[in-house]
Amino acid sequence: MAHVAAIETGKAAAALMRRARKAGHGPKISAALLVAPLLLFVLIAFAAPIGSMLMRGVADPEVAPVLPRTLAALQGWNGTALPDEPAFAALVEDLRTARAAGTLPLAAGRLNHDTAGLRTTLVASGRRLAAPFEGSAREAVLRADAAWGNVETWGAIARARGPYTDFFLLAALDLKRDAAGTILPVAEEQAVFRIVFVRSFWIAGMVTVITLLAGYPLAALIATARPAVAAVLLFAVLLPFWTSLLVRTASWMVLLAREGVVNHALVALGIFGAPQQLLFNRFAVVIAMVHILLPFMVLPLYAVMRQIPPLHLRAAASLGAHPAAAFRRVWLPQTLPGIGAGCLMVFIQALGFYITPALLGGGADQMLPYFIGFYANQTVNWGLAAALSLILLAATVLIVGLYGRLVGFSAVRTS
Amino acid sequence: MSAIRLGWWVVSLAVVVFLVAPLGVIIPLSFSEGSFLHFPLPGVGLRWYRALFASEFWLAALWNSLGIGLAATALATALGTLAAIGLWRAAIPGSAAIMAILLSPMVVPSIITAVALTFAYAPLGLASTHAGLVIAHALLASPFVVVTVGATLSQFDRTLLRAAAACGAGPVAAFLRVMLPIILPGVVAGAVFAFATSLDESVVVLFLAGPSQRTLPRQMFAGLKDTIELTILAAATMLTLLSLVLMVLVRVLSARTARARAPVPEAA
Repeated sequence: MAHVAAIETGKAAAALMRRARKAGHGPKISAALLVAPLLLFVLIAFAAPIGSMLMRGVADPEVAPVLPRTLAALQGWNGTALPDEPAFAALVEDLRTARAAGTLPLAAGRLNHDTAGLRTTLVASGRRLAAPFEGSAREAVLRADAAWGNVETWGAIARARGPYTDFFLLAALDLKRDAAGTILPVAEEQAVFRIVFVRSFWIAGMVTVITLLAGYPLAALIATARPAVAAVLLFAVLLPFWTSLLVRTASWMVLLAREGVVNHALVALGIFGAPQQLLFNRFAVVIAMVHILLPFMVLPLYAVMRQIPPLHLRAAASLGAHPAAAFRRVWLPQTLPGIGAGCLMVFIQALGFYITPALLGGGADQMLPYFIGFYANQTVNWGLAAALSLILLAATVLIVGLYGRLVGFSAVRTS
Repeated sequence: MSAIRLGWWVVSLAVVVFLVAPLGVIIPLSFSEGSFLHFPLPGVGLRWYRALFASEFWLAALWNSLGIGLAATALATALGTLAAIGLWRAAIPGSAAIMAILLSPMVVPSIITAVALTFAYAPLGLASTHAGLVIAHALLASPFVVVTVGATLSQFDRTLLRAAAACGAGPVAAFLRVMLPIILPGVVAGAVFAFATSLDESVVVLFLAGPSQRTLPRQMFAGLKDTIELTILAAATMLTLLSLVLMVLVRVLSARTARARAPVPEAA
């Protein structure tokens, strides 16, 4: 029977192939086969890791398997007063089981991200409640650690129910939920991320504006100069463009070092009495980022300006336009797609800068990527690292998408 | 020359100086016989280059950079060229979405790539291995191959493939003997872009690589966190020289593609 089925399937497949060929699907199939290796490679080795990392920003799998009875007892709890005796009893049982199984640190670590100190509370209570006790579970638990008398401790456990949570995303925006589920701003001294967001966008914006102001005249000069001059100027843009990012960051460290070229020159000129600290501040970060990103502004501007016929300006002049008016009303509007493309590329890349602020900036100059690396590596708060990544990626995609919608990507081709 | 024009030139030249000056400073400094970071140089010589090639750390970094770069380039160029040909050959349903996925390694901020790949590769035993780093760099480099080869293919005359088929060439023979020779400059340019991407990559390597996968950027990063030695500048100069070679290579190749594209000049 199976044999017949196989023959039938084979016949059907052959018929399908014939029909596909007749309909002109042959090239499509071979095209798909050619694309498949890279597509699978990118999907498996890149997209899946990115996706699973971002999922950590909304997933909350740690507490549920460790404290299942407690979470069941907290079902329907309104978060305004301490839970009843059954929840305390469930907690005791959960703590004993988890302690014996060695799974308590997992839940303790996750709850500690919510409220600092809960790691100790959980581990210590687990130890103290291991032995049998007389009387109510509630009294025993409260004796074990006073934190169990706080509604918010129970709120933290209820919030970590999983499987999904908005806890990390809220934390990345300096927000939290209380035991009753209301969203509140975190305490002033714990609010760090809003400052980081504002700082990241501010630095990226500043770098974008400076590169535009510096790049526009240069691009215009390259586009309108004699070919020999234009070639030399273009080389000056392309050389740093091709030079390693780390080489360029290193050269700014050398230039701005206390014993470096700039300090030495300024002291020799009598401008500084003694060498100054020029590194590890906002100025050093911005100047190096402008240097690194300037080619990304100049090249799209140049690509657009090259297309503007010089005749246009001459026509404007012959019609009596002042050079400033001719620039503003004839030249500038035609360069807008280049301005848009350049600003987009510079801003997006600036937002993701990691190496340059890490080497040239101080603590107050670190941008969003630094904190992603910090929470992933140093404090191992993967949920928070993922939530920050999600926000950075969303901002990037949103800006790119908005640009594509408003301006379109076909307007500029940089070669 | 009007005042506006003069001002325009002055501003533009100032920007050019700003662009070139940092390289113009570290390259001469790397030939210093002393150890100061400023001019005038106490003497000119190859002291720091000798130190560079005597250090097993820097030598290992150099070989790692070249080896990982070449392997990643081979992988990215092979897969990227095939994909570009596929996308060019026929309109596949969802080709816009496929293109977005293929180009995504270029768009995702490098810190997110670094953290995500480290999370995902560590349980597979790929973190702190050469293989893991080659895969990561091939991913980051492949979009450049797809874009460059795609741009070359958009100029390729489809009738040539039909002519090859009419002459009895199979698809593989037609690819190897008709298509590849014509699009080769584009493929090589894509490979050069891929190699440059790997050579310059500094964030993923910080997170994903172990001590035995130190590349030049990672070694430089470690050195810059410490006291700045002039060996770093010697390494930077060599890296810049390499970049310069790659840049000239791409310019020559793109000029060649442009020439191949241009109509045959008529005899004068």
